[in-house]
Amino acid sequence: MKILVCISHVPDTTSKINFTDNNTQFDTNGVQFVINPNDEFGLTRAMWFKEKQGASVDVVTVGGAEVEPTLRKALAIGADTAIRVDTPATDGYQVSKQLTAVIKDGGYDLVIAGRESIDYNGGMVPGMVAAMTGASFVNTCISLDVDGTNATAVREIDGGKETVTASLPLVIGGQKGLVEESDLRIPNMRGIMMARKKPLKVVPATDASTETNSVSFEKPEPKGQVTLVDAGDLDKLIDLLHNEAKAI
Amino acid sequence: MSVLVYTESENGGFKKTAYEVASYAKGVADMMGTTVTAISFNANDAGELGTYGVNKLHNVANSKLEKFNAAAYASAIAQAAKAEGATVVVISSSADSKYLGSLVSVQLEAGYVSNVTALPSSTEPFTVKRTVFTNKAFSNTAITTNVKLVGLSKNAYGLKENATDCAVQEFTPSLNDADFNVTVQSVDKATDKVTIADAEIVVSAGRGLKGPENWGMVEELADVLGAATACSKPVSDLGWRPHSEHVGQTGKPVASNLYIAIGISGAIQHLAGINSSKVKVVINTDPEAPFFKAADYGVVGDAFEVVPALIEKLKAFKAANA
Ligand SMILES: Cc1cc2nc3c(=O)[nH]c(=O)nc-3n(C[C@H](O)[C@H](O)[C@H](O)COP(=O)(O)OP(=O)(O)OC[C@H]3O[C@@H](n4cnc5c(N)ncnc54)[C@H](O)[C@@H]3O)c2cc1C
Repeated sequence: MKILVCISHVPDTTSKINFTDNNTQFDTNGVQFVINPNDEFGLTRAMWFKEKQGASVDVVTVGGAEVEPTLRKALAIGADTAIRVDTPATDGYQVSKQLTAVIKDGGYDLVIAGRESIDYNGGMVPGMVAAMTGASFVNTCISLDVDGTNATAVREIDGGKETVTASLPLVIGGQKGLVEESDLRIPNMRGIMMARKKPLKVVPATDASTETNSVSFEKPEPKGQVTLVDAGDLDKLIDLLHNEAKAI
Repeated sequence: MSVLVYTESENGGFKKTAYEVASYAKGVADMMGTTVTAISFNANDAGELGTYGVNKLHNVANSKLEKFNAAAYASAIAQAAKAEGATVVVISSSADSKYLGSLVSVQLEAGYVSNVTALPSSTEPFTVKRTVFTNKAFSNTAITTNVKLVGLSKNAYGLKENATDCAVQEFTPSLNDADFNVTVQSVDKATDKVTIADAEIVVSAGRGLKGPENWGMVEELADVLGAATACSKPVSDLGWRPHSEHVGQTGKPVASNLYIAIGISGAIQHLAGINSSKVKVVINTDPEAPFFKAADYGVVGDAFEVVPALIEKLKAFKAANA
C-alpha cells in the first residue's frame, strides 16, 4: 500500500498570534512551528500500517524552504520520503490543487490528512483533494483499518460515532483517536540521523490560482473583568446568569 | 439568482442550526436583492423555514439517503444550486456540513470560507469575516469565484424572524454509484443526551475533579440545566471520560450560550476551543487560574462543595420558574 500523509506546518499551540504589514500578514517572529496535531495522529497511524502490514509512507507539505524542518521531523518519526511543493500555501483550493498533482503523480492508495489545521482551521483540504482525485472520503476519522483494497473507518459525528466502509483509493481527514496520545512518537537520535539521509524532494508548483484571499486580520476585543461571586452566595450567581447574562 | 441554504434535519424535523443558517441566508439575500431557497433530505414538511425567510424548499425524498452520506448529499446540493442559479450557498459548521462543504465547493467551483461569524461586509467583492488561529483572531476573506460557499459558525448569527410562505417542492438529483462509495455500517449515538454541538449549555470538568468516580455531580448539574457534558484534554487522555467529550483546540469546538468550567485551569489550548461560547463561568480553588481571565463569572471555591450546592439551588430556581 502506498500512503501519502499531508502535513501542515503550523504555529505551536501556545503561540501568541500577531499581525504585521497593517494587519495583513501573520507575524512569524518568535513563533515555533510544529507538525499540525491532527496530522501527527495520522502520521503515527501510517507508521503502524508500514510496520504491521507493509506500506510505504511519503509525507508532503506545500510551502517554502521554511517548512523543511517540519518535514525532517516527519522523516525522523519514520516516513520514507518527503515532498515539498515549492510555493507558498495561499488558500485551501490552491493547496488542494498542488496535493492533487502529487497524488496523481505518485499513485497513492491512501491519503491521510488532518481534519483541520490549527492555523486557518478551514478544514477544506482533505475533502477537496478527495473530490479532485475522485477518491472516497471519510472526515473526522478516529479509527482506520485496511484489508486489501477495503477500508473500515470510524467517523466522529455530532453526539456519537459511525462505522463506515469504503474502497481504496481513500482520503481521510484524521484526528485524535486514529492513535492514542500516548502512541505519538518523539523522534529519537537514530531517527534524526537517518532522516538526514532520506530523500526530501522539492517539486515545482503546478498552478497558482486561488478562490479566496485574506484581505486583513483582526484581533478580538479585549475581554472585560470577571465578576467574582462568593462560594457561599450561589443564589447571586443564579441571579446573574438569569437576569444579567440571560443564559439560564 | 438566489441564495441556496442547506437546512439539516433529523428524523424529518429541522435542527436548530437549520433555522440559524436560514436566518443568515435571508440576511445575505436581502443584501443582494434576491430570495432564499433551502435544500433538505427527507424532511416531513417545511417546518418553520418560512418563519426565518425561506421562500422555497427543495426536499429530496429518497430512502437511500436516510443516513447522512457526504458525497451524495454534496452532489444533490450542487445540483440544486445549479438548478436555482444560486450565486451564494450557505451551510452550517456541524460535523456533517463540514464534511460535505469541500465536496460541494469542488463540484460548483465555488470558493469556500468556513467558520464565518457575520454577514458579508460587502457583496462586491464578496467579503466575509471568519475565525482563524482557533478563535485567537479573525480574517476578512474575499471570495473571488462566481459562486460563493459560506460555512456559518454556530451561534454566530442567531435566529432572525422574517416570516414568508415557504413552498415545498420535491427535488430529484441524479446520483451515481460513486456517490455511494462510502457506506454506513452502523451508527452509535446516544439519543437521550444533548450533544456538545447542539447544546445551549455545556458543563465541562477538568483534572481538578481528581478521578472519574467524581463525575456524578457533573452529570447531575448538566441534567438540571439540560446541558451537554464535556471535559479537558488530560481527562480524556487519562480515560476518565470518552474522547468525544474532549473540547479545546485539538478536541471539539464549543460555541454554546453558556459554558461552565469546573476544575479546569484554562490553558491556552483549552480556551482557544471554547472561546466562542457567549457566557463563561469558572469554578476553581485557585484564584490565579488563567480561566478567571477568560470568564465572565467566577467562583473561587472547592468544586466538591460548590457544585452540589449549586445543583440544589438550581433545582429550587427551576422549580420556582417552571
Ligand atoms: C498540542 C497541545 C494541544 C492541546 N489541546 C488541548 C485541548 O484541545 N483541550 C484541552 O483542554 N487541553 C489541551 N491541551 C492541554 C492543556 O495545555 C492543559 O494541559 C489542559 O487543558 C489542562 O487540563 P485541566 O485544566 O483539566 O488540568 P489542570 O491544568 O491540571 O488544572 C486543574 C485545575 O483544577 C483546579 N482544581 C483542583 N482541585 C480543585 C477542586 N477541588 N475544586 C475546583 N478546582 C480544583 C486547579 O486549581 C487547576 O486550575 C493541549 C496541550 C498541547 C501541548
